[in-house]
Amino acid sequence: MPTFVRTEKCDGCKGQDKTACMYICPHDLMLLDKDGSQTGHAMKAFNQEPEQCWECYSCVKICPQNAIEVRHYADVVPLGASVQPLRGTDSIMWTIKFRNGTMKRFKFPIRTTPEGSANPYNNKPKPDMAEIEDHSNLFTHGTHKCDMSQFIKS
Amino acid sequence: MAEQFEFGKPEIIEEEVDILIIGGGMAACGAAFEIMRWTEGTGLKVKLVDKAALDRSGAVAQGLSAINTYVGENDPSEYVRYVRNDLMGIIREDLVYDVGRHVDDSVHNFEEWGLPIWKQPGDEDKTLVQGGKPVRSGRWQIMINGESYKWIVAEAAKKALGMENIQERVFIVRMVTDKNDPSRVAGAAGFSVRDHKLHIYKFKCCLLVCGGAVNVFRPRSVGEGAGRAWYPVWNAGSTYAMAAECGAAMTMMENRFVPARFKDGYGPVGAWFLLFKAQVMNGAGEDYNKINGHIIKDEKRFGKYGQGVPGTCLRNHIMLQEMKEGRGPIIMDTPGAMARLAEKMTPKEVKHLEAEAWEDFLDMTISQCGMWAGENIEPDKQPSEIMPTEPYLLGSHAGCAGIWVSGPTDIPGTPKEWSWGYNRMTTVKGLFTAGDGVGASGHKFSSGSHAEGRIAAKAMVKFALDNKDWKPELGRSVADLVEEIYRPVKTFLEHKDYTTAIDINPHYITPKMLQFRLQKIMDEYCAGVSTWYQTNAKMLEICEKKLEMIKEDSLKMRAKDLHELLRAWENYHRIIAAECHMKHIQFREETRYPGYYYRMDHNYIDDENWKCFVNSQYDRESKKWKLWKEPYKQLIKD
Repeated sequence: MPTFVRTEKCDGCKGQDKTACMYICPHDLMLLDKDGSQTGHAMKAFNQEPEQCWECYSCVKICPQNAIEVRHYADVVPLGASVQPLRGTDSIMWTIKFRNGTMKRFKFPIRTTPEGSANPYNNKPKPDMAEIEDHSNLFTHGTHKCDMSQFIKS
Repeated sequence: MAEQFEFGKPEIIEEEVDILIIGGGMAACGAAFEIMRWTEGTGLKVKLVDKAALDRSGAVAQGLSAINTYVGENDPSEYVRYVRNDLMGIIREDLVYDVGRHVDDSVHNFEEWGLPIWKQPGDEDKTLVQGGKPVRSGRWQIMINGESYKWIVAEAAKKALGMENIQERVFIVRMVTDKNDPSRVAGAAGFSVRDHKLHIYKFKCCLLVCGGAVNVFRPRSVGEGAGRAWYPVWNAGSTYAMAAECGAAMTMMENRFVPARFKDGYGPVGAWFLLFKAQVMNGAGEDYNKINGHIIKDEKRFGKYGQGVPGTCLRNHIMLQEMKEGRGPIIMDTPGAMARLAEKMTPKEVKHLEAEAWEDFLDMTISQCGMWAGENIEPDKQPSEIMPTEPYLLGSHAGCAGIWVSGPTDIPGTPKEWSWGYNRMTTVKGLFTAGDGVGASGHKFSSGSHAEGRIAAKAMVKFALDNKDWKPELGRSVADLVEEIYRPVKTFLEHKDYTTAIDINPHYITPKMLQFRLQKIMDEYCAGVSTWYQTNAKMLEICEKKLEMIKEDSLKMRAKDLHELLRAWENYHRIIAAECHMKHIQFREETRYPGYYYRMDHNYIDDENWKCFVNSQYDRESKKWKLWKEPYKQLIKD
């Protein structure tokens, strides 16, 4: 496929203008079949160009219905395995099912701060316009210390 | 209400800003972060336009398990030496040094915004800034929990810019020079992949940061697996093509990257090599590096480059030689590495180690887990194959293809020719780049690309302020741009009923078939996997002719919907990037990067004649390339 949408789980993001998967796919692969003319399933999303899928899982992770899964590249991978995440606000849980039935589960942190809390200019200095042509500094003044004796012409 | 605009009849939206950021990856996000501080109170208007969604666009979309450039306890000059060595002696040391001195600050910001960075035992509660020691998987790499790396970096970029200054799902395809000064960029044009809208921007300057070039060569997997490129499949060479067609000088476009990765899934090997100390062996179970590694000591062929720590391409060379001589496959001994590590560990620690090994993939190449699960491979029980991939063109990872840019003014010993004005500005006035766009300066990776976006952003503010009263005027008419950009749509609508099968029509070619054709040409004639990365002057001559024809035929691409229009333009960009790559390989009559490609008619490193940059310039009118040598200069001591 490689990503596929479970028919009974997808709700087309409840008829909003665009679905979450369409919003996020970096390669413009996910499409909402509004009238069912392309898939036979009206108001459900599908992957319109499976052989261009990077299996980046962006759509899988964002889908509010957990309706998207991955059937790994059929020209490469034997059938029967699955790798499925459940992404929360501070961690992600992975369930890996092997072709032979072996299961593995992992949980990893994904961020240390609340979602949406990144503040780019928190406690950061204001830039000094007198330094705008000074290439040794960015506005944060966080330049690494430099051993100038390493230059041939110091 | 009936739609006024429809497929083939787009609404034309013209907009003027001071600075346009084109792209949404790490460099673009770095630029957004730096630029909004410097523009405070200046009245300058900044906009970012991205063909995807900022949260998951660019090469870091899927996440990463490591930050590959963190200088930390090293001096930036050491970073320059490492990059110089890995890229076979020819880099712009001014640019690399500039990244090296600024990169850590970007990493410190990522941590502040919420990116989990692994720490040494005892330092878990300290940030890097507070002196917390990172877990290094190599001299320059630090391990992270990076599933949301891009999400976090994008969050800060969005906050800095403001959502009202971000336009997602608009694909910029064409730069436009100024009416009164053709050596200056004045605008850019593209289209929405969601609505029937064509966008034309005018600006004082712009940052062109749309990544490297993937799927230029025929990939090893050609079915569904074609999507499993090592680098992101959506990197279509747009940075290189748009800059070249605007007249910017390109540099080192002969360079490419051929990563040796876990076969088919293209999972990362860095942590396995560097963190878990895994060994690779040939099909007979021999340590081939030990037995045959001496082949790169041949000074006649590899000069001094095989004597010290071998660059990545030379390690590939040893591997390829092994495979060509029938001693494959190349196998990474993952069980051996895990067993050795487990010897001194408690069962709990072993379990943690196993999780780390899986996380390495789950953070950045989930498909590799799918591969392993599908083939019942547990890395502690069964080894895995390693394979060199199809070639990629890029400037931020372990390659240095890209655009020739002006560097910083304060690096001692820099030739005056390397600094003609604004930092990271190309030879086209007002056209800036960073990340994969900047040539002759590899090994920036995600963090360095972010830092370089910041460097460029600051210079762009200065440029815009210096040109405050200058008004951009497009050198091409709006009608002309609309005609060109929507040509594939018009071609489709005009001819679609000529045949009964929508994909087979003598009047047009589908973007998909055009891509297959390009990949076949590049693979078979320009040193792809099918010739073991080998080519020669005669093969390149044939390649050149075939590329000229495919370029002509690209005007006959069809687009049956907006999605296909996106593909049509991506593939046009791929052709220009591919042609540039081919011309550079043709011009450089030596084999500078054995293991990445071989000029079999000049199968040696020739420092006497070729220890120099190769630069090129494209003329859009005559469709011809001009190539020349640009002198290399060493700035940092040996």
